[in-house]
Amino acid sequence: MLEINGINAYYGDLQALWGISMQVNEGELVALIGPNGAGKTTTLRVITGLLKPASGSVQFHSQPLDKIAAHKIVELGISQVPEGGSVFTGMSVLENLELGAFVANARKVKDQSLKWVYQIFPRLEERKNQRAGTLSGGERQMLAIGRALMSKPKLLMLDEPSFGLAPILVQQMFEMIKEINRQGVTILLVEQNVRAALELAHRAFVIENGRIAGQGAGENLLSFESVRSAYLA
Amino acid sequence: MLQPIAQNLVFGILVGALYGLAAVGLALVFGVTKFLNVAHGELLMLGGYASFWLFSLWRVDPFLSLPLAIVSLLVVGAVLYKLLFGRMVKLAEGAKIQNTLLVGFGLGLILQNLALRFWTADTRSITTFYSGAVWTILGVRLPVVRVASMGIAFVLIVALQLFLRRTYTGKALRATVENWEAATLMGIDIQKVYLLSFVIGSALAGVAGSLVSVGYSIDPTMGMSWTLKSLVVMVLGGLGSLTGTFVGGLILGVTEAATGYFFSLTYREVVGLVLFLLVLIFRPQGLFGAKEG
Repeated sequence: MLEINGINAYYGDLQALWGISMQVNEGELVALIGPNGAGKTTTLRVITGLLKPASGSVQFHSQPLDKIAAHKIVELGISQVPEGGSVFTGMSVLENLELGAFVANARKVKDQSLKWVYQIFPRLEERKNQRAGTLSGGERQMLAIGRALMSKPKLLMLDEPSFGLAPILVQQMFEMIKEINRQGVTILLVEQNVRAALELAHRAFVIENGRIAGQGAGENLLSFESVRSAYLA
Repeated sequence: MLQPIAQNLVFGILVGALYGLAAVGLALVFGVTKFLNVAHGELLMLGGYASFWLFSLWRVDPFLSLPLAIVSLLVVGAVLYKLLFGRMVKLAEGAKIQNTLLVGFGLGLILQNLALRFWTADTRSITTFYSGAVWTILGVRLPVVRVASMGIAFVLIVALQLFLRRTYTGKALRATVENWEAATLMGIDIQKVYLLSFVIGSALAGVAGSLVSVGYSIDPTMGMSWTLKSLVVMVLGGLGSLTGTFVGGLILGVTEAATGYFFSLTYREVVGLVLFLLVLIFRPQGLFGAKEG
């Protein structure tokens, strides 16, 4: 579904990604794990078009994304929840969700999508008229994911959804993510929380210093000496 | 004793409404695109002259020609954006600020001097058959034209707020103000949002200019002082609150009037700048703005 080949990306003169290649198949929950600064968020930004790579290709359903403007990526069915959620704090929960359905196709089925999101995240319905800025960290993360779901994505990309959340919320968060995947949304999950991500994912890619260091099925990666020693110690 | 004070305050509020209208236009552009259009006052001046010439040449009533003023400034705004400012929004922060300021100043100078060249430096004003009409309430004189202008400014601000709060495009605009990257991820075309806000900001300036031409007077060099007043009001009212900005305009108007009455007319212009400094020192988020963080 999503294929990334040989991406080299720079921030100014600083090279951040070196020959990144990944594949995500339809229906999968794929994890991209690695330490801080490894290039996880950068990879996501290349996919959504916020950062243009110097070379390499990104293809979605065999369609190359390099010529497509960043704001059009959503129309293709790719939705990203940025790090920290990035909800619009001055606007209400409902307005945030409505904005998630901004693109024409999503707007038509907005009410249905709202019902779906409220079903997964009942807390959001309770707080629908509250300003997003007054929500707790966990609720904001839920709102950010709910907002991304409003665009009816085929591929949902989550950037560290568990970051800064209390452990019990992390557990709940990952269960909700699993549920979303079960309902048919392909997911690319970027995480620093390696253990949880590997338990959840069908497959995972390990990224270190801007390079893919390894890949494999969830449980098998735990046997990777480098993964274990570096992150699970 | 009370009457002159009340009269001054009323005049202050009436002109303050136009300060507020102009400032909201500037604030809208600044909030969305994050750059300051220092040629804002010149756009106001153009609006004023548009009304003036429509009246002088074809006897079109200035209030009736407001829609025309709006449309012409929408077009001028779109052209200026596409030709100039639109090319600069993609630059890095530092270069963007420098370039937009330089281009804005240059544009302002060009427009000012073109106006001087073609329309002479004479001060102009529109005088209709009803220009002298005055309502008197409790001894305070309310020139009908200026009251109508305030009413129009008020209506436009309300319309703008409705647009921003109730329509999808308006919400997209507000989202862009908060976080343009997240807005892009929603599928919002930032370029179009920037263009829209610049165009609306220009139109608001144009309307303010038209109302100034009929209630007060216009001349080719008025731009600079109106840009400055708009900036002062914008800071006074607080970034992030358009209603607050409008109220800031009223406050400036009243403060100027009070200063003119209690001190001297010479200090009227200075008080705006003093307020500006005071706000920046003691309450940088403005009177109605939200605290950062």
